[in-house]
Amino acid sequence: MNRMRSPSALAGLLLVLVTLVFAVIGPWLWGEEAARFDPLHILEGHSPEHLLGTDDGGRDLLARTLAATRQSVWLAVLATLITTALGIPLGALPSVLGPRTARFASGLIDSLVAFPVLLLAMFAALIAGTGARGAVVGIGVAAAPGLARLTRTLAGTVASSDYVAAARVLGASRAAVLVRHILPNIAEPLILTVTANLGYALLGLATLSLLGLGVQPPDYDWGRLLHDTLPRVYVDPEAVAGPALAVAVAGIGFTLLGESLARAAAREPSATSAPSASRGESRTELPPECGPLPGTPEAVLEVRDLSVSFGGATPVRGISFSVAPGETVGIVGESGSGKSLTALAIGGLVPRPGEVSGRVLLGGRPLEELSRRELGTRLAMVFQDPMAALNPALRVGSQLAEVATAHLGASRGQAWRRAVDRLGRVRLPDPAGDARRHPHEFSGGMRQRAVIAMGLMGEPELVVADEPTTALDVTVQKRVLELLAEVNETTGAAGLLISHDLAVVSRYCRRVLVMYAGRIVEELPSERLRHARHPYTRALVASSPDLSTDRSLPLATIPGLQPTPDEVPGGCAFAPRCGRVLERCRTDRPEPEDGLACWNPEDA
Amino acid sequence: MTKRLLEVRGLHVRYGRFPAVQDVSFEIGEGEILGLVGESGSGKSSVARALTGLAPRTGTVSGLGPREAQLVFQDPYASLDPRMTVGRSVAEGLPRGLGRAGRREEAARLLELVRLGRETAGRYPRQLSGGQRQRVAIARALGAGPRLLVADEVTSALDVSVQGAILNLIRELRAELGLSVLFISHDLAVVRYVCDRIAVMREGRIVECGTVGQVIEQPSHEYTKALLEAVPRLQ
Repeated sequence: MNRMRSPSALAGLLLVLVTLVFAVIGPWLWGEEAARFDPLHILEGHSPEHLLGTDDGGRDLLARTLAATRQSVWLAVLATLITTALGIPLGALPSVLGPRTARFASGLIDSLVAFPVLLLAMFAALIAGTGARGAVVGIGVAAAPGLARLTRTLAGTVASSDYVAAARVLGASRAAVLVRHILPNIAEPLILTVTANLGYALLGLATLSLLGLGVQPPDYDWGRLLHDTLPRVYVDPEAVAGPALAVAVAGIGFTLLGESLARAAAREPSATSAPSASRGESRTELPPECGPLPGTPEAVLEVRDLSVSFGGATPVRGISFSVAPGETVGIVGESGSGKSLTALAIGGLVPRPGEVSGRVLLGGRPLEELSRRELGTRLAMVFQDPMAALNPALRVGSQLAEVATAHLGASRGQAWRRAVDRLGRVRLPDPAGDARRHPHEFSGGMRQRAVIAMGLMGEPELVVADEPTTALDVTVQKRVLELLAEVNETTGAAGLLISHDLAVVSRYCRRVLVMYAGRIVEELPSERLRHARHPYTRALVASSPDLSTDRSLPLATIPGLQPTPDEVPGGCAFAPRCGRVLERCRTDRPEPEDGLACWNPEDA
Repeated sequence: MTKRLLEVRGLHVRYGRFPAVQDVSFEIGEGEILGLVGESGSGKSSVARALTGLAPRTGTVSGLGPREAQLVFQDPYASLDPRMTVGRSVAEGLPRGLGRAGRREEAARLLELVRLGRETAGRYPRQLSGGQRQRVAIARALGAGPRLLVADEVTSALDVSVQGAILNLIRELRAELGLSVLFISHDLAVVRYVCDRIAVMREGRIVECGTVGQVIEQPSHEYTKALLEAVPRLQ
């Protein structure tokens, strides 16, 4: 339960434990005293014998409050059981019924959810009768539609997953799908919701009892105690404080615990939860900082010993490279090689809690010295998913214009005209009309063009594109890449294209950097890719089929896996998979020399 | 062509009013790999879902019994139940009559068939790499004893170095088991490498169909030419 260490989770757990302990021991220890009449001391305030005073029968209010814990919690548990018994089956129905009945069940849930909760509670309570039973049924039934809706949503997500489709193709019945796949996968969030629901039920029942609708004498719960003592609130506030505090402690406890559990479950186990103890080690592995070594003065982008780490994992490990004005450079690598984090580090966009070390110079100036405004106009970034860069609620033209008004101090009219001009430059068919459209009216390729146009609103010296065409069709990919090349040519901006696709990179970049396990292993002109010297680059080229691959032979593959960022081996990271491995490769890490980091390279 | 396994005539798939597949006809021979290429929205995945009973269809599909067409999905992480061990997932399609021990033995055999060790049966999908997960998904599909394997973009979510191994596996399974495969992909280079014949889809229709040599070397349809021309090539 590493993920449950947040203060609110601990507080919730503590409050719930206290409540449960009192629910068990309360009636045993204080039950007798709580029921003892004392006609001589009725309606008294605080005294050494009666810390919270006494009620109209002279019974001790502190004892009554503590003894009432079991009754209050028990009723909340009963109400929650009713909620669960009604809500979960109702919510699971639509995913196991045929399409028509499923629609009916779904409609039923929707109409019940639309019903005001209070009305539903009162209606159910009226049918079930007065007193505690009515209150429990009322509260239990009222919460059921909400739980049913949640169950339906969760079950619907699982029901539409590929593994359920696979089970159906294999011939599994609907009931089997429900029991084998759906219920196990939604159990966790449901249990958490039910826990939080206990808190709401407790508060609801206390409210009903306070109004005199719930528990009736001689029984008592916290709500009933509040009902009895509330008229004295101005005379003996301590008499009200006991049960009020108890309701608050238990209610908040269950709610906090349930919600923290839900939050913890929603969070994927990530690198952030890695023990911080290993942080020191991975730091010392990094090469020492390069001092104030002045970069190549004419480079648009100069990256020196860049590292990005998350806790014990270091996905980018001390890479250096530069991009000259007007030059197009590609970074290739497989997923997990650190190429995308490199792009984010160049834009100053590494998400927390990532730590960036080393230097990134843009136009000769360190990244951290540049204002957001300068960064916004001198650097353009294009990502794989254009919708992530576009606000779906705003017109495309307004979003582009905002760059000019915010960063360049243009007037709104000027900014709009500039936006239309840039949309024309990226070859949208009708720039003036397209500027007035929303992103959802665009195709994927048009959206990516709009994002590129946004980057052109300033005067970028560098366009960084991270897998800009991975989500696009080949014919659209070709045109977007041609557009990027054209932008570089006409504006003189340099380009950094990041992709998993060697062919894409080789076609649009003059120079290619090959990344593996967070380091640049080879740097070469793209026309030399087929004659690469690093065994990894060679293997990557050999395993990518193209339109002239020999079909009579099996495809080349690379055995094994790229190491994850938290377990990169000591020597060359590729050594365990390399066909040319030497003893030395496993212990000494080869440093890049003339664009190659390898102890035993292939012949050129 | 060898003996015919499957014949599809006049296949239509509609989602509400949207016609995803319109009047598609093709045949697959026994032990043949037919490639289906096209861009997103061309209807190729709808053909896969219609053949395996996951999408409503009209038209005739003859030659295959129920469960004789099995589907392998694009994303092996989404297509395996995260709460089931690999062994249980693979056993899902096995016949009931095998008994417990028989099912376990058969699941282990299938795992070996896709070049995974028997010990993989006790592991969970999250403990496997993407390529290993895709092998598990293929083993699960083979458990139902299919005569046709429908592979829908099975390597698009994988890295290049892993992709080759899965493509090799599909070719080997065809050779070993005489399995027929409908191989769906947007990647022409991959389809060319794996398949015997290729059908090109656009906007719900097949615009061109022929042997790999015909479609890749001498495409007749303008759209096929445009697709081929757009494929990025290593310089």
